[in-house]
Amino acid sequence: MARATTTRRKALMTALGWGVAFVIFFPILWTFLTSFKTEAEAVTTPPKFLFFDWTLANYHEVNSRSNYMRFAMNSVIIAFGSTLLGLLVAIPAAWAMAFSPTKRTKDLLMWMLSTKMMPAVGVLIPIYILFRDFRLLDTHFGMVLVMTLINLPIIVWMLYTYFKEIPAPILEAARMDGATLRQEIVDVLAPMAVPGIASTVLLNVILAWNEAFWTLNLTTTKAAPLTAFIASYSSPEGLFWAKLSAASTMAIAPIVLLGWFSQKQLVRGLTFGAVK
Amino acid sequence: MGSINLRQVRKSFGAVDVIPGVDLDINEGEFVVFVGPSGCGKSTLLRLIAGLEDVTSGSISIDGRDVTHAPPARRGLAMVFQSYALYPHMSVRKNIAFPLKMAGMDEASIEKKVSDAARALNLGDYLDRKPGQLSGGQRQRVAIGRAIVRQPTAFLFDEPLSNLDAALRVNMRLEIGELHRELGATMIYVTHDQVEAMTMADKIVVLQKGRIEQVGAPMDLYRAPANRFVAGFIGSPKMNFIEGHEAARLGAHAVGVRPEHMAVVAPQNSDWRARVTAVERLGADTFLHLRSDSLGAMTARAGGDESFELGSEVGLRPDPARLHRFGPSGETLAA
Amino acid sequence: MATTHTRTAARWMAAPSILLLFMWMIVPLGMTVYFSFLHYNLLSPGEESWAGLMNYEFFVTDPAFKDAVFNTLYLVLGVLLITTVGGTLLALLLDQPFWGQGVARLMVIAPFFVMPTVSALVWKNMLMHPVNGLFAWIARTLGFQPVDWLGAYPLTSITIIVAWQWLPFATLILLTALQSLDQEQKEAAEMDGAGAFSIFRHITLPHLSRALTVVVLIETIFLLNVFAEILVTTNGGPGTASTNLGFLIYMQGLLQFDAGGASAGGVIAVILANVVAFFLIRAIGKNLEA
Ligand SMILES: Nc1ncnc2c1ncn2[C@@H]1O[C@H](COP(=O)(O)OP(=O)(O)O)[C@@H](O)[C@H]1O
Ligand SMILES: [Mg+2]
Repeated sequence: MARATTTRRKALMTALGWGVAFVIFFPILWTFLTSFKTEAEAVTTPPKFLFFDWTLANYHEVNSRSNYMRFAMNSVIIAFGSTLLGLLVAIPAAWAMAFSPTKRTKDLLMWMLSTKMMPAVGVLIPIYILFRDFRLLDTHFGMVLVMTLINLPIIVWMLYTYFKEIPAPILEAARMDGATLRQEIVDVLAPMAVPGIASTVLLNVILAWNEAFWTLNLTTTKAAPLTAFIASYSSPEGLFWAKLSAASTMAIAPIVLLGWFSQKQLVRGLTFGAVK
Repeated sequence: MGSINLRQVRKSFGAVDVIPGVDLDINEGEFVVFVGPSGCGKSTLLRLIAGLEDVTSGSISIDGRDVTHAPPARRGLAMVFQSYALYPHMSVRKNIAFPLKMAGMDEASIEKKVSDAARALNLGDYLDRKPGQLSGGQRQRVAIGRAIVRQPTAFLFDEPLSNLDAALRVNMRLEIGELHRELGATMIYVTHDQVEAMTMADKIVVLQKGRIEQVGAPMDLYRAPANRFVAGFIGSPKMNFIEGHEAARLGAHAVGVRPEHMAVVAPQNSDWRARVTAVERLGADTFLHLRSDSLGAMTARAGGDESFELGSEVGLRPDPARLHRFGPSGETLAA
Repeated sequence: MATTHTRTAARWMAAPSILLLFMWMIVPLGMTVYFSFLHYNLLSPGEESWAGLMNYEFFVTDPAFKDAVFNTLYLVLGVLLITTVGGTLLALLLDQPFWGQGVARLMVIAPFFVMPTVSALVWKNMLMHPVNGLFAWIARTLGFQPVDWLGAYPLTSITIIVAWQWLPFATLILLTALQSLDQEQKEAAEMDGAGAFSIFRHITLPHLSRALTVVVLIETIFLLNVFAEILVTTNGGPGTASTNLGFLIYMQGLLQFDAGGASAGGVIAVILANVVAFFLIRAIGKNLEA
């Protein structure tokens, strides 16, 4: 029984779908549009939607005045550095749990996930003190380390769900063929799990890019990423909306584009393998 | 090269004894088939030999060398898995070359060995394809190719044909047999299909619940099964078993007679009478499914051209020399 | 697939992850517990003294504590409610065939990629601002008095902002689950004369339960830790109106430099989170087993 989709119904759905999508997307669209306005036009009433003098001045100004590139670099270093370090530690662990499970593997995974449930503020003071004493405050290494640790449970969990889908006999075949453990993982397992690893990387880059508790509390200038860059615009005096919009656009554009392009892999990653 | 000896090999998973204790000697160059119903421990036994699982106790030696604790790669064995276990991200060429690469062989020799194997297995045209682009039979060949390039002491096959369709299965059966004759290497072949066991084996090992029921050449098992289980498992169609009064008359708990060892005669010419419940015509043969109060359900073989009517009565005359008698615990009683 | 050899290897391979996480959990947590029994001011190091349970007493009896617990629950439950209900509706909508569906979907998921500081600032200034914000303009155009969102309804406003960020997540997961729903099952129900609503109630919803569980689990993990949105919009105010437990501890520790008091709060937050986690993981463990 093929569903009879009348053109009318489809037109209705189109209107409804686009209407809702537009409302949800609006804050981002509005930010994007405002970033091309002059400061005066940004606050006019009634607001101008498309018919204003488009200008790139805000981008120039934000770029030259507040060192956008440095913050962006820090975001890249922290997001990718922590994801790579996390993979390095998590791949062997996920291999072990997926292919040599014990009675306690499930509990172990649950425990790992539960460390994420621990509220960050619960350990803020000690971490702050430890970082201060080990001179890790406001350093790339420190931030990469923290970000790796808070995302490690998710990385392990995701890789575990992907690895479990790989038939064990293929790894056994490699073992029979004389592969060492390293070769088994690097030459056989990892290439087979590329889609899963890609999803994992994507989700974790996004999570690390947008993480705004530790980055705000443990960095000041040298290692401060874009979350801190934007937060610096929150002071009530001297707020310039057009410039705020330009800065915001620059802060989120890389990750929104990355997210859009990798939508498919991401959806798989987002569900942590729990929803097919 | 290629003798394998198992001594008191035991394997348990937790509290479950999957292999309660097996002694087995496999000679150089033999084609040995492990056969038994699904879940009886064939794969487990094979994996113990391969080194993919640890024995719980006992010892395994290959060519007189104790390998009980050696990792799989050190045992000089190659295995062909039921699911083929090809590396999906590598081309056929890379798949076959993988064990050689792992052994550190130089590129030129690898290239030569791979193309030799590919030629022997008719894979020449597919070397640059990925396993996903091959048919089941071709994948099977790649798996075999990957096994033979290493020149292992022995080959292990775990139900390698069970994912192929019937026609291809017969072909591959012959090819594997040919391969065995060519290479002369020891092969251990696991299957639940007694036809494969009968047609391929030099020596059949019949397993049930992890225990060896009988070891022997196919026709020896067919002619002189050690017990009722082997008698019922080997041979197709299955042996008929008759219990009760008829068996007692012959001094046994049960008697067995294969369908091909009974003549179908007119009812008045025999003591055994039964009613025809189904007729299966295979062309050369006709199999009759029969039922009677004294004998139970039976199968009999008749010629391809004879005609039978459903519900009619026929007589059965067993060849007395080929009657098998079994005791109460299933053991074969001496003739 | 396991020999002693591989099992031993597996232990070594899993060890770094376990060790790192264990240390990440136990060392700071141990320190937090220790600090929570001290008079400890970050500005006067070296003058710590034993405080017994005083920090706990002060923290718990502080009226701000009760408010913070309430606000935390309000925020978490509010966002969960909006995102699960809204996400289900959105997923149902996006599951219908319509023109430009792919682009509409991209638009819907975009908020998930926006960092919390950006979304908080954009909502605060450009949408919810009582004078120049877009909402104010809309209200005036329709003849209403503009609302000072973050001044008058700070917690609800923050809930809306956070829900906006998490709505795409719920939608995506539920949509994925929806698309795996067996079409024949639905058709069979239609043949049996079931209406659209009873199909949703008896077939679609049960099918979504697993996905809903995942949404609740993962969102809860992140929602208990909402911080930047509060910092950037209201700073917890006015008064304690939008202070959640996390923000209260942050203020105690890094703004008032009372490490002892903040640590006591931290211990309490960890205990509360564990209570939540315990029930959640149990409920979800059941749902995920199947
Ligand atoms: N890793 C394992 N853990 C627990 N039980 C197992 C394991 N592997 C196999 N078994 C059990 O051992 C028995 C024999 O399995 P297997 O050797 O695969 O049988 P076969 O290959 O003859 O079909 C089965 O009952 C199976 O459930
Ligand atoms: Mg098997």
